[in-house]
Amino acid sequence: MVTATPLTPLEEQLLELAGSVPDPELPVLTLRELGVVRAVRAHGTDRVEVDLTPTYTGCPAVEVMSLDIERVLREHGVREVTVRTVLAPAWSTDDITDEGRRKLREFGIAPPRTGAASGPVRVELGPTRTGEGGAADGTREPVRCPHCGSAETELLSRFSSTACKALRRCLACREPFDHFKEL
Amino acid sequence: MTTTPAADTVTTAAALALGDDALVLSHRLGEWAGHAPVLEEEVALANIALDLLGQARVLLSMAGDEDELAFLREERAFRNLQLVEQPNGDFAHTIARQLYFSVYQHLLYDRLAAGDGPFAPLAGKAVKEAAYHRDHAEQWTLRLGDGTDESHARMQRAVDALWRFTGEMFQPVEGIDGIDWPGLESAWREAVEDVLGRATLTVPDGPRSGAWKAGAGRQGLHTEPFGRMLAEMQHLHRSHPGATW
Repeated sequence: MVTATPLTPLEEQLLELAGSVPDPELPVLTLRELGVVRAVRAHGTDRVEVDLTPTYTGCPAVEVMSLDIERVLREHGVREVTVRTVLAPAWSTDDITDEGRRKLREFGIAPPRTGAASGPVRVELGPTRTGEGGAADGTREPVRCPHCGSAETELLSRFSSTACKALRRCLACREPFDHFKEL
Repeated sequence: MTTTPAADTVTTAAALALGDDALVLSHRLGEWAGHAPVLEEEVALANIALDLLGQARVLLSMAGDEDELAFLREERAFRNLQLVEQPNGDFAHTIARQLYFSVYQHLLYDRLAAGDGPFAPLAGKAVKEAAYHRDHAEQWTLRLGDGTDESHARMQRAVDALWRFTGEMFQPVEGIDGIDWPGLESAWREAVEDVLGRATLTVPDGPRSGAWKAGAGRQGLHTEPFGRMLAEMQHLHRSHPGATW
């Protein structure tokens, strides 16, 4: 979701640079793959504004991301860098690129399923497991184990090491794993 | 966008109301750190607290300097609902408080996100977080209510004890426009009664406001436990003004 006005070649280059910064919590992903760098505006060659959107409102990584973007752009000769946090339109896990999803899986984190807008799946007591048939309500593809690929996995906790992840366990290989929750 | 000073003042008051709800509940949930019944739940409550803290930072920044507002205001200047300042109690009390508040916040933010007022951007973001908080609270209400005799009794005691703080949520907040408050209240009642029913719990039938009357927290009138909570939340900042890491 880059600005409506076409980017100048300089802005494209700066967007590339800002997007190449690794995510501080999931360093296998770049900010571009995470989909959080929204826009870059250059005023002359000296002053640049970057729009960054948080994954979660309280995401503590936003400040580190801002500092990293500033540092990288300064290293490339931009004298004044302003990183603005923008909330709307709200970030969604659908903004994670296909490449980003592949890297998450390789890193041992089940990527979010697409079509995230619907939020948490309402489940009744008991069926926290997903099988080949999909989620308990039958509308979603199952969460697959990032280690062995099995679709037979169960939810252990709705919140894991960070707010954006849930903790699940694979029923085939028995490994616990993080699942990047749909948002 | 052009706004008159009066409109700004009204937006500030509304930002304080919503921001204080998020800040105070965030602090209460943070008190569980090191005390939760199981590790997964400790992490879950801390994550919910973090979401709320993020929302509070955005909202309080709309009203002024976030640190000054959080750490240097007196009790009477806080505009949060009395519900969110209630002590954690046992785990069932915390879950009942989460159920009542997260259903309210989810329904309210869903409506705010659909509008074009000053809170729409934040609400559009926060409604997705609130959906997970609500799901968490509903699942625990079901487990505790429809669990053992002991968990059922405790969950019933908790939903009964906090019931009298729920009327205040539907008092119109000045500066929040376009909300049908009676409609919000009936949607909330329907959702909460549905969960309580499925959890084999009885819907409380007592009054939904306390001795202070509904609207008290929004007017700066708070319950006794709030003062002690604020003392703990604010003492570091007040004892060491300007301290940095």
